[in-house]
Amino acid sequence: MDAIYYLDPTTQFVLFSIVKIVVAFVITLTFVAYAVLAERKISAWIQDRVGPNRATPFFAQYLPVIGPALVRLGIFQPMADGLKFLLKEDFTPAYVRKVYFWLAPALTAIPAFMTIAVIPFGSTLGNPNNPMVIADLNVGILYSFGIVSLGVYGIVLAGYASNSKYPFLGGIRSSAQMISYEIAMGMSVVAVFMVIGDLNLSKVVEYQGANILHWMAWKQPLAFFIFLVSAFAETNRLPFDLPESESELVGGYHTEYSSMKFALFFLGEYANMIAASAMMVTLFFGGWAYPWGGGAAQGFLGGVGHIVCFLVKMLVLMGVFIWVRWMFPRFRYDQLMDLGWRRFIPLALVNILVTALVLAALND
Amino acid sequence: MNTPELHPYVFLTVLLFMALAFPLVPLALARLWAIRFAPPRPGPAKNATYECGIETRGDPLQQFRAGYYLYGILFLIFDVEVVFLLPFAVAFLHLPVGAVVAMLVFVLLLAEGLAWAWLKGLLEWK
Amino acid sequence: MSELLPSALFYAFAGLALVFGFLCVANPLSRNPVTSAMFLVLTIVSLAGLYILLHAFFLAAIQILVYAGAVMVLFLFVIMLLNLEEEERRKIRGITLGLGALSVAVIAGILIRAVVAARPSAGTTPLVEGGIRNLGHTLFTLYLLPFEAMSLLLLVGMVGVILLSKKDLK
Repeated sequence: MDAIYYLDPTTQFVLFSIVKIVVAFVITLTFVAYAVLAERKISAWIQDRVGPNRATPFFAQYLPVIGPALVRLGIFQPMADGLKFLLKEDFTPAYVRKVYFWLAPALTAIPAFMTIAVIPFGSTLGNPNNPMVIADLNVGILYSFGIVSLGVYGIVLAGYASNSKYPFLGGIRSSAQMISYEIAMGMSVVAVFMVIGDLNLSKVVEYQGANILHWMAWKQPLAFFIFLVSAFAETNRLPFDLPESESELVGGYHTEYSSMKFALFFLGEYANMIAASAMMVTLFFGGWAYPWGGGAAQGFLGGVGHIVCFLVKMLVLMGVFIWVRWMFPRFRYDQLMDLGWRRFIPLALVNILVTALVLAALND
Repeated sequence: MNTPELHPYVFLTVLLFMALAFPLVPLALARLWAIRFAPPRPGPAKNATYECGIETRGDPLQQFRAGYYLYGILFLIFDVEVVFLLPFAVAFLHLPVGAVVAMLVFVLLLAEGLAWAWLKGLLEWK
Repeated sequence: MSELLPSALFYAFAGLALVFGFLCVANPLSRNPVTSAMFLVLTIVSLAGLYILLHAFFLAAIQILVYAGAVMVLFLFVIMLLNLEEEERRKIRGITLGLGALSVAVIAGILIRAVVAARPSAGTTPLVEGGIRNLGHTLFTLYLLPFEAMSLLLLVGMVGVILLSKKDLK
């Protein structure tokens, strides 16, 4: 009998955790698919266009009012896109290095999903022993930096595997850009963790939980700014999309790619964007906590409310990602390196110093 | 597992397998579709290296400028610095003054290196 | 079951590290330096798995961040910078073989001595308990001198890079 009593909560825990992982993964996938649509719709709106409004599946005509409305919103567009990518000719050029050519798109997409593991996306669903985070690691932020640093391989290998000039230059450029901004990013968060005193991201959320005034974005505005800009550079988004600057390098590292392999690069960029937004919400905007505070949820509905709060904050930041794309022109490569090494790294160091002095003064 | 600390790593492995499935399943599906219904039809133009309409010349993997490599080494050094800064940041409020001064020396030494590289014009992308 | 799993995982990671390490230096299928570098990355990741089994979580994260994420990227840069193509299969000469065997024997001897001297027992307690805060505390109080020496080493490395890369110093 004892064995059952001992085992039962464990089995429950394991089952619940696996369900949690699956649901988090599926939600992320949905977000990736609809982030593409959001990008197209918001871009269209900023440029005074209509955007995707044609994709109509066969069942849409049977829905009286909702059907046409959904079609106009382009809700079915991601499905059409996915199908199209699947049915395109799966072509591998003759001169590429085959193994790496197939490996590179896969390697680009994986790290983004792995980063999501340490981010607490909700408090609990009633059971305080099972927090809403896939892996509550003590080394939280170091883990995610480690995974992010592995993201370089996909791009370098894509450039190398294509065996072609533009992708090769694009890959090298992109990797140099990513490693430069990784340093700025890492240094900017040091100041944040000085204030909090723990690398575990659940503790970070706990610290900011009280109310909106405790959010790190107000306490460490410089760190947030550096992190935000570095996140743009890390995800290769405009104004730092130099690796695929169309005017000089055609498509950058994915020039030679087509069909599903290209789609994986494309989706990988959005998955990275989601991971970066989620990380920023956790570090600087109180994670799942409501702006008015409230602590961990007691029941199931309260837990869902926290998750929704997290997702809303994340959506706002992703909106910023898309919005910035149309606000700023692309940086030149020397300007990019200059900003990373000669502006952000010294600024981050000064920020650490100032934070240390202020903390020491407050502590005495 | 017999220790609760290892639990999250087990779930991390579960997530890793799902993350692996994310690229592999679509790639496999596309491949299957290609084999069954749409076999690739290569041709000389299709197989040629992309080059804006003219024929490509020379080795595609030409040597690139050493500047990239230089940034690579600087990155490595500063990566190690960040790695040491993080435990310092976490322990900061519990450390004796001597340790804080030591960390300051560490940061200043590396900042001096960066400043020197800057003065020598190494951080200028020409 | 719960006793068995960690040791099974240990053998799995250790075996993977050995296999990947072998493929890194003597891959029978490919002489491509990039392939070797990628297998070295996999070796490093397997080692990180071993660190996790030892509860050295910080070390595991560092292993991935610094070795897999920074050092190996640099390796790839060098391989691409020098435009290394497929390595030719070199003829193995007697003297090279002899020297190689000698160095392997010496390293193996040192390792075996260390293992015998360590005599692992159940009573060993780790020096650093718990989280990163304790680790930081130990590092910056007990091991302050090695830490400072390392910072000098990093500076020397940086100066070396600058001097080597810049022939025409201003």
